[in-house]
Amino acid sequence: MSESTRLDAFPLFVRKQTQKIPAKITALSVDRRQFLKISGVSVGSGFILAACSEQTAEMQSAPVSCASQHDLNVFISIDCDDTVTLTLHRSEMGQGIRTGLAQVLADELDAEWSKLKFEQALGDEKYGSQNTDGSRSIRHDYARLRKLAATARTMLEHAAAQVWETDLSNVEAKAHAVHHKLNNRRLSYGALAELAAGQSIPDDSAIKLKAHTDFNYIGKAIDLIDIDALTSGSAVFGYDVQVPDMLYASIERCPVLGGKLKRCHEDEARKVPGVVDIITLPQNTVPVLFQAWHGVVVIATNTWAATQGREKLTCDWDLGKNAEHNSQAYFEMLKSRVNEDCEPTNSLGDVEAAFDNAASTHEAVYQVPYQPHAPMEVPAAVADVSDSGCEIWSCTQAPQGARDHVAQALGMAKENIKVNVTFLGGAFGRKSKHDFCVEAALISKAVGKPVKVCWTREDDIRFDYYHAMSAQYFKASFDKDAQVTGWLQRTAFPSIVSIFAPEYGNTNPEWELDLGFDELPVAVKNIRHEKGKSEAHVRIGWLRSVANIHHAFARSSFIDELAHKARQHPLSFFEQIMGPDRIFEPKNENWNYSNYGETTESNPISTARLKAVARTVVEKSDFTQNAAENSGWGLAASRSFLAYVAIASKVSVVDEHLTIEEVHCAIDCGLAVNPDRVRSQMEGAVIFGMSIALMGEISVRDGQVEQSNFDDFLLARMRQSPKKIVVHIIDSKEVPAGVGEPGLPPVAPSIANAIFAATGNRIRELPINKVYSV
Amino acid sequence: MVSITINGETTEINADPVTPLLWVIRDELKFTGTKFGCGKGLCGACTVHLNGQAIRSCSVPVAAATNQEITTIEGLAAGKSKNPYIGQAVRDAWAEFNVPQCGYCQPGQIMSATALLTNNSTPSDADIDNAMSGNICRCGTYPRIRSAIKKAAEVQS
Repeated sequence: MSESTRLDAFPLFVRKQTQKIPAKITALSVDRRQFLKISGVSVGSGFILAACSEQTAEMQSAPVSCASQHDLNVFISIDCDDTVTLTLHRSEMGQGIRTGLAQVLADELDAEWSKLKFEQALGDEKYGSQNTDGSRSIRHDYARLRKLAATARTMLEHAAAQVWETDLSNVEAKAHAVHHKLNNRRLSYGALAELAAGQSIPDDSAIKLKAHTDFNYIGKAIDLIDIDALTSGSAVFGYDVQVPDMLYASIERCPVLGGKLKRCHEDEARKVPGVVDIITLPQNTVPVLFQAWHGVVVIATNTWAATQGREKLTCDWDLGKNAEHNSQAYFEMLKSRVNEDCEPTNSLGDVEAAFDNAASTHEAVYQVPYQPHAPMEVPAAVADVSDSGCEIWSCTQAPQGARDHVAQALGMAKENIKVNVTFLGGAFGRKSKHDFCVEAALISKAVGKPVKVCWTREDDIRFDYYHAMSAQYFKASFDKDAQVTGWLQRTAFPSIVSIFAPEYGNTNPEWELDLGFDELPVAVKNIRHEKGKSEAHVRIGWLRSVANIHHAFARSSFIDELAHKARQHPLSFFEQIMGPDRIFEPKNENWNYSNYGETTESNPISTARLKAVARTVVEKSDFTQNAAENSGWGLAASRSFLAYVAIASKVSVVDEHLTIEEVHCAIDCGLAVNPDRVRSQMEGAVIFGMSIALMGEISVRDGQVEQSNFDDFLLARMRQSPKKIVVHIIDSKEVPAGVGEPGLPPVAPSIANAIFAATGNRIRELPINKVYSV
Repeated sequence: MVSITINGETTEINADPVTPLLWVIRDELKFTGTKFGCGKGLCGACTVHLNGQAIRSCSVPVAAATNQEITTIEGLAAGKSKNPYIGQAVRDAWAEFNVPQCGYCQPGQIMSATALLTNNSTPSDADIDNAMSGNICRCGTYPRIRSAIKKAAEVQS
């Protein structure tokens, strides 16, 4: 297949969009040191500036006629017709990152919004990390992209100064043109593009970032750049990709992780019209990583034929030792482990002495089951493998990682692998595992044609990388004045590391406990945190906010339990147990804490900011301890991904039926690049958190997941959605923190705490639909 | 051969009559705006209009759709649905409230919302709950969908 037919088959994202082919350009390499200075990222190959080799002499008199596009850097290209093309390098999965990145780039470039075009980047190291998870896009790229765009703006100014033979101080870029301050002359960005691209890259000292007061787009509720595509059916998701001669594959996977195919009768499947081939993907080895799951693949001329053929297979499996895994029994084991001494991870003071001298103590055990990701778009990838290379089209969160793993699976140099990123129909962490890209590549290689791997919903629910099931034990002691004197917390859950390096042992690394367990200790003199051992029997993965989900549920529930024991208002107790306003510095307390990869200097841990969000949701809502009969309010607050979020939920419980009436959320995420997208992420986190709290459960019997589709694995629907969700964004100029994930952790405990306020019934096990109808 | 009329155009398709309409629309006719979500009529991602009414195309055999008017999201966006003004009002309201997050379920949501407003120009919250609870949105855009439906209803009246 030629390159041109491929482009016809899959112009990125929107079919109407035309592909721009840059005209003849001369590439200038800038050395690595220079690149690092500009971009602040560690990548190897260098920063490519593309520039026309000839400079025009006619620049001064009139805009230059020129048909080519000029790359000022890998993110910004300017066409001579004034169109600015922004290359957006992170995956769009609903967080609005394409709009957010465009705001940052366009603002520092001082571009006009109506003259922007957007392209999605291929997976390539030259962009820096494209791994779209960890709520990292804005917090990592905000400063970097501002500087890159400001550099491009400065290069345009240099070009204008050169044309006008004047000092740089006499020119100013504004609204898509450079203006001469001493006369009325102006040159549009398009007119300057060619000359600007040939400028040397200015020193840091020559780059001036805009003042916040001069922002045109940053901090504004800019509309989604993709709104038309997303409401017209023209947005292309991974499952939508079609390339010429493409075949469709459906995989009958081994029902248990690590099992092996004994035999498979394929004859009936081969008779299904449209079925063209049947192959076997090899048995999985340890570590399981992002391998294609072992199974029998039916390849056909369309999706329906592939799934029909698959249904006609009769497979006999040796299920292996994970077939002994039963989640119910496993819960009992995890609970018994956390009821006994485990391995200390962090401690302060002497918790035993505090318990010995206590006026009273309180203890509780919490459990949260396995959770799937269940994005509305199941995993999807198209691969076209030939002797010379491989092209992938996929809804991947991590195109660079997908490239690496596909290269490894095919035994091919990664330079020969091209990964196109489509829109992602939800992801939540599922699509940063590349197993589906590897599957598509292996199948395409085997049949010698482009192949789309077509997961069913049943495949998605049964073959996920699950959020770990967990048990946690909490104990606290009070003195005679109802002050908390001792605090012990234990957690046990199978580790994500199990998929990478099971030999690490059945224990959690420090970073996994930093997700909500060793985050910010309560202001109690005697504290101990402990972790228990837990073996993995299914693929364990990261799901939106990761271990914060269960850690925040247990911790925020327990704080609420203590508030009631102490007969205090939940907010005043929370403020008291978080201690006076202070910056918690883990190093000073011998407390190990990784702070989401940032230093505590750049992103300090502030009790004041945490208490402020809790106060905000209480003060801005009708939060009361004296709600009407059968109803109640619950509060929870946590810091995760460097942001502070509090949730206040109001519930009613009537005739054993639970209704979430109203939810207030306050977030302090530092500077909000697009407040409306922050708001939508919080609304979404409330609904996502409701699904986990009310009905989210994956159970395993004999190694096999018991749920299969949306009739036995339930998600929140419109009728269950609160009629009122109010989001309060704390006005802040602090560095941007994460947004996609931090809304989620406080949701479940706020609901459980509200149920206690309404009924006196304490929920310690999720999901809540085991107790109440929802 | 099966003859079906989609977005105003009639096409002869070489498909097994029991093939779900969804796969004919997507794989054969290349209207990929209609999404696969569950294959069992549980999530609404595949919602299209059959003579103006919302149906789950994953659970309707293509044979049942012959000689009837089928509209997909592409047809609705191009003004080819039975009630083009309602379809446009819904899309406009979706834009005004910036409803989508990932957007995958939104074609189905828009098809369901348009069918609702075709049958009921002033839906109550309960009407919206009933008409829209068959469409799952994992991102959690329900509050904005509700607001957008009310806005589209207001514009229509």
